[in-house]
Amino acid sequence: MAGQAAKWRVGAAGVAVLGLALTACGGAKVGDTASGSDDSSGASGSSGKCGTFNLAVNPWVGYEANAAVVAYVAENDLGCKVTKKDLKEEIAWQGFGTGEVDAVIENWGHDDLKKKYITDQKTAVEVGATGNEGLIGWYVPPWLAKAHPDITDWNNLDKYAAEFKTSESGGKGQLLDGDPSFVTNDEALVKNLKLDFKVVYAGSETALIQAFRKAEKNKEWVIGYFYEPQWFMAEVPLVKVKLPEYKAGCDADLEKVACDYPVYKLDKIVSAKFAKSGSPAYDLVKNFTWTNDDQNTVAKYIAEDKMTPEAAAKKWVDANRAKVDAWIK
Amino acid sequence: MTVAVEKPPTPEPPGPEDAVPEAAPAAAVRRVSRRVVVGAILVVWLVLFAVLRGTNTLTLAAADLTDLHRWLNDVYDSIGANRNSNPLFLYFFNEIRLVIDNLATFVQHLISQPSDSRPLPQIGWLGVVGIAGFVSWAVGNWRVALLTVAGFVFFGLQGLWQESMDTLALTLTAVLVALLFAIPLGVWVGLSDRVNKVMTPVLDFMQTMPTFVYLAPLTLFFLIGGASATIATVIYAAPPAIRITAHAIRSVPETTVEAADSLGATRWQSLLKVLLPMSKRTVVMGVNQTIMAALAMVTIAALIDAPGLGKTVIQALQSLDVGTAFNAGLAIVIMAIVLDRVTTAASGREEAARRSGGRFLARRRQLVVAGAAVTAVLVYLSHTYVWAAEFPGEGSVGSSVASAADTASTWVQDNLSGLTNAFRDALTNGLLNPFQTLLTDSPWWLVGAVLVGLGVVLGGWRSGVTTAVCVGLLVGTGLWSDSMTTLASTLVATVMTMLLAVVVGVWMARSTVADRLIRPTLDAAQVMPPFVYLVPFLALFGATRFTAIVAAIVYAAPVAMKIIADGVRNVPATTVEAATSAGCNTWQIITKVQLPMARGALTLATNQGLIYVLSMVVVGGLVGAGALGYDVVAGFSQGQLYGKGLAAGLAIVLLGVMFDRITQAAARRAGA
Repeated sequence: MAGQAAKWRVGAAGVAVLGLALTACGGAKVGDTASGSDDSSGASGSSGKCGTFNLAVNPWVGYEANAAVVAYVAENDLGCKVTKKDLKEEIAWQGFGTGEVDAVIENWGHDDLKKKYITDQKTAVEVGATGNEGLIGWYVPPWLAKAHPDITDWNNLDKYAAEFKTSESGGKGQLLDGDPSFVTNDEALVKNLKLDFKVVYAGSETALIQAFRKAEKNKEWVIGYFYEPQWFMAEVPLVKVKLPEYKAGCDADLEKVACDYPVYKLDKIVSAKFAKSGSPAYDLVKNFTWTNDDQNTVAKYIAEDKMTPEAAAKKWVDANRAKVDAWIK
Repeated sequence: MTVAVEKPPTPEPPGPEDAVPEAAPAAAVRRVSRRVVVGAILVVWLVLFAVLRGTNTLTLAAADLTDLHRWLNDVYDSIGANRNSNPLFLYFFNEIRLVIDNLATFVQHLISQPSDSRPLPQIGWLGVVGIAGFVSWAVGNWRVALLTVAGFVFFGLQGLWQESMDTLALTLTAVLVALLFAIPLGVWVGLSDRVNKVMTPVLDFMQTMPTFVYLAPLTLFFLIGGASATIATVIYAAPPAIRITAHAIRSVPETTVEAADSLGATRWQSLLKVLLPMSKRTVVMGVNQTIMAALAMVTIAALIDAPGLGKTVIQALQSLDVGTAFNAGLAIVIMAIVLDRVTTAASGREEAARRSGGRFLARRRQLVVAGAAVTAVLVYLSHTYVWAAEFPGEGSVGSSVASAADTASTWVQDNLSGLTNAFRDALTNGLLNPFQTLLTDSPWWLVGAVLVGLGVVLGGWRSGVTTAVCVGLLVGTGLWSDSMTTLASTLVATVMTMLLAVVVGVWMARSTVADRLIRPTLDAAQVMPPFVYLVPFLALFGATRFTAIVAAIVYAAPVAMKIIADGVRNVPATTVEAATSAGCNTWQIITKVQLPMARGALTLATNQGLIYVLSMVVVGGLVGAGALGYDVVAGFSQGQLYGKGLAAGLAIVLLGVMFDRITQAAARRAGA
């Protein structure tokens, strides 16, 4: 036993020496100003009255571009503490009521949500357009539009229906529908325009993009539901198919709809509480507008150049100081 | 992960037919006649299908709703509108949320997130690596400790230290909360048959109800943040621990309990001194399964803002960045393998310690104290100094992993897609389409009658009744046609899973080398988030039902392979030797001896394969499978479809319960 006790003492001493040695070689301490660990709220000298700003981030790159720039400006020019929350639209809107979300910064229509949360529950308010215009419709890959220019008119689609057949479409042409987040009238459209097509649900944006990317690369026949602004358009500039023109009210009865989708004025929604808070971040959200080109630039930084949202926002803000100053004046 | 015993087959009391000595020939006769009956049912179905095709098919278009769906929408809306005034929220849900939120935040501040006064978490990377290594050594052995340290350091090298710690923090919190409920509940379920009867359907529900369905309501009840993410994980992760604990308690030999009773032990004493200690080892396996299930939720919890590796995966996929997604997925796989090996070693440690004798134990105490001291020093250092707190370097290993994965996925897409398309079209047109047409174009009452008939023939009257109830409820969900479409893909996927599993499982059982090489791959396939490999799959097979089937096979086949490998290996060696000496060749040994004798394992593998395939229905909806999977996804994304998504989730549960009961009853009849 004595031998073991001795070993134990040696061990303990060894540990102590090791500890001391490591401590001695020390280095910078956590919390030192010299430590270089970034403390973002200290970066600006602005007044701290902004407080915390809860910004929802919906899951697509265009939205992320908006959010990145707004968050960057709020942090660096207004001294806010920005908490970004990655949420699907439904849950983000729900967050207005529970007080967990202050702002949604790119909203595509969603009349049902507006009715529920703005008209009925009164937990959210609209604060104007982002300046971006959203298009929804049927698109074909560029090689197809070039090889068969008449395909971009819906009247000629039936002529090519056989080319669009797949294992999923039951002998008809396949119209690939996609992201379940967007309302689609495509089944009604196909029926009412009497097209020899069947709607096949791809189920996600990922699946749609992959289908178009492959179609362009291998010269395959694909027609599907898509939308812009979208970062993927910079990689493969899809061509929109002309549907019967949209007129106000032509989509009133979803069963009988036979016209194109309207142009969506993308807008911003904030929680009712945030609108009354007097936070400078609210004014920033209210004044924020930019163009499709602006958004595409930042989206490209994020999606293709693989920059972090912060770096992408900084690059754009540095190059467009005048626009930013107009939002926060 | 070692053996996925999520549903241990209930030990069957010997049936009356087994008691009769002439049971063997009688059973053989009955099996033949059963096969004839099944054949007859199918022939009648085909004949009636030809006559009645296209009538009473109960189809519902993608955007259409039934009254049930609208009613569910209204209920959900009214909960949302009244949540701030309802006392149930003010005094019940909010309190639960507070407790769990505080727990989650506490763990996060400890290892992953900066707290108010500190720019970095309390314990830095060196401290976490030290604690993880020490704990794995103390509960397991030095080999798993080395694995743990290597794994954790690799997270840092991948450039994913903080994300990994966020995931670890959430997993630890969820597992802690899950076990707090699951072990007492499991003991109760194990002790009382009545509780068991009540809990079994509840647990089935928790495991097969797609998470997407309850994610939105959770954020309504518990707000966005740590509490909702933890609770979502707990709902999915607790059932295996409850089931396995109950199974462990029930497997303690009755004679032992009786001996304790006769010595005058009270109920509490026999529980604490006999039942619990004797089932400890199996309970640890339950903990293991709970951890694995919790890690499977990482990407889904990211959809409600849970921080960690899941977020990295989801964000990378928004721009189809397969490499970055794979890098994060790899970190999840490594974390799963580390935690699995540590808990497995912990469950086996006591025997190992007993074997090595008392001297080891005396030394061990000193080693533990010394280890604890070293760990304490490391924790102190990582709390104080920046170099030990923030993982150094840029994560260059991570970017090489990402670019290698990108290259590999591009190569596969460019070079294999011709081959894969031919295979896809052959399978879709030859098998899937006709089968799906048969199911969706037959009148609903015909398919229902066929299902009930098969349930009775294969599983007996009781499973026939269960099937009838499930069919009735399926019609009630208003999604009959979608259910049949999903059913067709599910059955095709299960058949392919089983074919693959038998081949690989037998190979693994017969060759130790193969087993050792294949097993880690299977582990990886089970925990790699499906989102990661969906992009290359989409490139290979397009947005089709076939892609969904392949994804389901990747997820379900490993479980089935492991079960079959274990089953075949458990065939007594003497039997195989006898067959060899009787002059059987390898093929004959496999088909005439090993597989028939592993029939119980084969049925269990089919049961688990089916349940796992069903749990991929929603993922399938994301890549072109349509039907129920798409309904659930759309319900999660669009308010007015919420009720329909909920109904679709219920339909998936019903399909799961129906097939689980039929296969389990069939397994019992097969006399496992």
